[in-house]
Amino acid sequence: MLWEENMVSSVTRLAAGLAAIAGVASLSAVEPVLAQSSVKIGYALSRTGPNAGGAAVTTLPNYEMWVKEVNAAGGLKLGDKRVPIEVVQYDDRSSAEEAAKALDRLITQDKVDFILPPWGTGLNLAVGPILNKAGYPHLASTAVTDRAPELAKRWPNSFWLLGTSAGASNTLVELLVKLRGEGKIGDTVAMVSVADGFGIDLSAAARPALAKANFKLAYDKTYPVGTQDLSPMVNEAKALNPDVFIAFSYPPDTLGLTEQARIAGFNPKIFYTGVGTAFPLYKSKFGANTEGVMGIGGWSGDSAAIKDYLARHKAASANGAEPDRWASAVTYASLQMLQQAIERVGKIDREAVIKDLQTGTFDTVIGKVKLENNLPTKHWWVGQWQGGEFYGVGPASNEGARAPVVPKPAWKAP
Amino acid sequence: MSPTQIAALAAGGAGLVVLALLPFYIDAYYLSLSISLLQFTVLATAWGLFSGPTRYVSLATTAFFGVGAYTVAVLGELLAWPLVLLIATAIGALMALIVGISTLRLSGLHFVIFTFGLAELVRQLVIWYEVNKTRVLGRYVFVDITQSDIYWQLLALAVAVFVIGWLIARSRLGFALRIIGEDETVAKHCGINVTLAKVTLFTISAVFITLVGAIMAPRWTYIEPSIAFNPTISFQVVIMALLGGAHRLWGPAVGSIPLTLLFEFLSTRFPATSTLIIGIVFLLIVYALPSGVVGLWERVSRRKPEPPVAPQVQA
Amino acid sequence: MTNAIFTGLMLGGMYALIAMGLTLQYGVARIMNLSYGEFLVAASFASYWLFTGWALNPLLGLAIVVPIGFGVSIILYRVLLTPLVRRAPTRDALEVDSLLATFGMMFIVQGIMLTMFGGAYFSYSFLSIPVTVFGETLALNRLIAFGLAVVFGLALYLALTRTRFGTAIRAVAVDPTAARLVAIDVTSVSAFAFALGGAMVAAAGVLVSMFLTFSASSGVIFTMKALMVVVMGGVGNLLGCLVAGLALGLSESLVATFVDPGLTLAVNFALFLGVLLVKPAGLFGRAQR
Repeated sequence: MLWEENMVSSVTRLAAGLAAIAGVASLSAVEPVLAQSSVKIGYALSRTGPNAGGAAVTTLPNYEMWVKEVNAAGGLKLGDKRVPIEVVQYDDRSSAEEAAKALDRLITQDKVDFILPPWGTGLNLAVGPILNKAGYPHLASTAVTDRAPELAKRWPNSFWLLGTSAGASNTLVELLVKLRGEGKIGDTVAMVSVADGFGIDLSAAARPALAKANFKLAYDKTYPVGTQDLSPMVNEAKALNPDVFIAFSYPPDTLGLTEQARIAGFNPKIFYTGVGTAFPLYKSKFGANTEGVMGIGGWSGDSAAIKDYLARHKAASANGAEPDRWASAVTYASLQMLQQAIERVGKIDREAVIKDLQTGTFDTVIGKVKLENNLPTKHWWVGQWQGGEFYGVGPASNEGARAPVVPKPAWKAP
Repeated sequence: MSPTQIAALAAGGAGLVVLALLPFYIDAYYLSLSISLLQFTVLATAWGLFSGPTRYVSLATTAFFGVGAYTVAVLGELLAWPLVLLIATAIGALMALIVGISTLRLSGLHFVIFTFGLAELVRQLVIWYEVNKTRVLGRYVFVDITQSDIYWQLLALAVAVFVIGWLIARSRLGFALRIIGEDETVAKHCGINVTLAKVTLFTISAVFITLVGAIMAPRWTYIEPSIAFNPTISFQVVIMALLGGAHRLWGPAVGSIPLTLLFEFLSTRFPATSTLIIGIVFLLIVYALPSGVVGLWERVSRRKPEPPVAPQVQA
Repeated sequence: MTNAIFTGLMLGGMYALIAMGLTLQYGVARIMNLSYGEFLVAASFASYWLFTGWALNPLLGLAIVVPIGFGVSIILYRVLLTPLVRRAPTRDALEVDSLLATFGMMFIVQGIMLTMFGGAYFSYSFLSIPVTVFGETLALNRLIAFGLAVVFGLALYLALTRTRFGTAIRAVAVDPTAARLVAIDVTSVSAFAFALGGAMVAAAGVLVSMFLTFSASSGVIFTMKALMVVVMGGVGNLLGCLVAGLALGLSESLVATFVDPGLTLAVNFALFLGVLLVKPAGLFGRAQR
């Protein structure tokens, strides 16, 4: 059955490819211009370049799904009438310069009413000043930066929904302390991190936190982005026999490290990997072996809102793709917040919308959200695969937090 | 000076005044676009300064560009802006000297790869240093520089690169370099200090590229190695310069301007399929313009009876 | 130590595998193919598609993807590149033209992959089973890829050195003008070498897809790696390719194990630059020009 579905999707994919070639040949791929009296929403995303992988999983499907849903309901509710959304979109080619230019274009040429942010920390920072100067709300839902509180002060129109790297590392260490208190783990930790903004920030925050909690950091190395064989690090870490393995890694490395750990039979009591652990790809690649793997992110998998979101996301995506279990839901929630703020204001008044975002309470797929100093008060920082779903386990005080399964079951043969 | 030269000079001066006043009349997007155009014009022309006469294809553009950007990221908030630019110049020149002296005896083909490797090496070393010594990757550049300031600085740099390029072409150095480009052995026999000539020019070209990186840095707020040392910049510059025609001073500019505009047009018109269309259009250009825009110009102007007027190409 | 050496050898074998096609395309056909990595990723996608959609084992998939790679490359060479070869007055001019043309091709291949598969990461599990070799645990899929790299490399090497046609190919690599004088059809030989390179890159794409995560945008990484290996080993030299690949792989894993994983790529580039400074034509390259 599954196989048949795959076969169909394979055929459609081939057809899509051929159609694309044919479409380009006739240069007919021009989107129809909607009638006026619409709300213009613009975004520039990385369709190509190194950021494309992340944007294609986390950001684009949510933007498209939200627009489709809002328009299916007749549009955004402005006062007593519904106004459909018109989208203007560009490709920033994963470059800060292109992203800045595209946003200038959206603002001055297309005169869009609202702008949805690009994917990733670097690009969100690059467009921050532009959005601030032009007075557009900036709901950054895919940026993790320790300067979030400072940035929110500097640019009051910006909202940093994914939190700070210190938050991520501290929550992880808190969880480890708790588990050690329960006698479930010892105190040796091996840590690897990718030599890029994300890995550096998180490991820099984790080091003092681990030291303060009297954990023994037996192995602590960084590796360059694009390293194609991670087995030396996995083998080194395995030789030290740590209780906890932490990797602040990017998606290709997250998959590579997990695969190597499985092959080397490296079974620490806690196996934690970075960006990509929460991707649907992780589950489809490792199947039952995901059980017990921890990673950054997570969501309240038991909540009805999340279950409903998951189902809608699968239905809306081209080939039934699932959302990732971290920034996807936050991204969608940010769109819901924007929608609710616009509808509460009842007209295109960006200043009022920013005000509402700063002060209002919002009902979203990730629960009730009320921002303080432009930052949410709750984040999911540690998730764990349990029975094929990536549940949030930390902070334990979050609503819907599951108890972590420790130790992680040993890797099985595929 | 002949009347035509005076006319050309006057027209150039008038054009420059118009360009300098531009930020007062255009909106943020066109300012952005102008910055992009100027950036690539300076980069491609600076690249052509060295690679045009010597025919060495350098892929080190992004290494110098990134070093310039990183200098600003490190010092931008600490020192006065002109001082920062001066330091960037010094670092760029020093790096170019070291690289030039050690590599310019490689044959053309290997120089290409070497310069590419160099760009990656510099990037990896910066990453390693930041990760292990400063423990921050990503630096924030909050300096008080507006988009118009960036535009004017780039414009000034564009004027400088054209003037210096023009002066070099008329100097003994320029003549020596053309001989080297034709045949290095002959050049040596003529008593030309080949290495000195090449290193000098490589350094001049690299300083301009470093300065572009430094000037552009405040535009992005946030600098990390993947932004500063973006390898596509190197390739874009080579492609633009070659498409325009690198053996003339104004060649790279006539490649960079239409290509930047074309990329911009295509990626706004076809956001989802821009890659595919850019590729097809690009191939068409390569096949339709076998010797670049300069080649086309030269063919057209040769057909005409009167000699070509001094080309009025401004950034 | 042994583990680091094994890992390094397998990684090096992969680098050599990736680079062998380019050394043929660049060394013999004189096409500096900037879209090389895109073709590699395209083969990875083909393998992924066959494996997940049609449940076809990637090793059997080789039998489909490799001939397609050969066919597509020969068509490309005949249709797109032959006009460039004809109009280029010198080798330098051809290098510049092929650089420009393949730069455009890079966008086209990437664009097609983006339309068909989107920008997301792809990965699948095949034969990722631990096997023990001399007391060290290695991944079976990497080991198979390494073994096949050696087999392909040897087969190609023998074909080039022991057959008449292989000798013709090498003659064109050394001097196309002189090759014409001894009645070698340089255009056909170049087309064949280019296509052979295309077949090799297809094989490499299928094999690395068994253990690497890829996306439509990851082609450039492979182009660069291949270029480094090719130049370091000496353009057009298969043995050089293998030695350079192994040297890079070994240095990477030894540095990762004994020095600092953060310096692996820096050491790789330093090694590469060092070799070029001492031997500008590469390890096995003959000084040209």
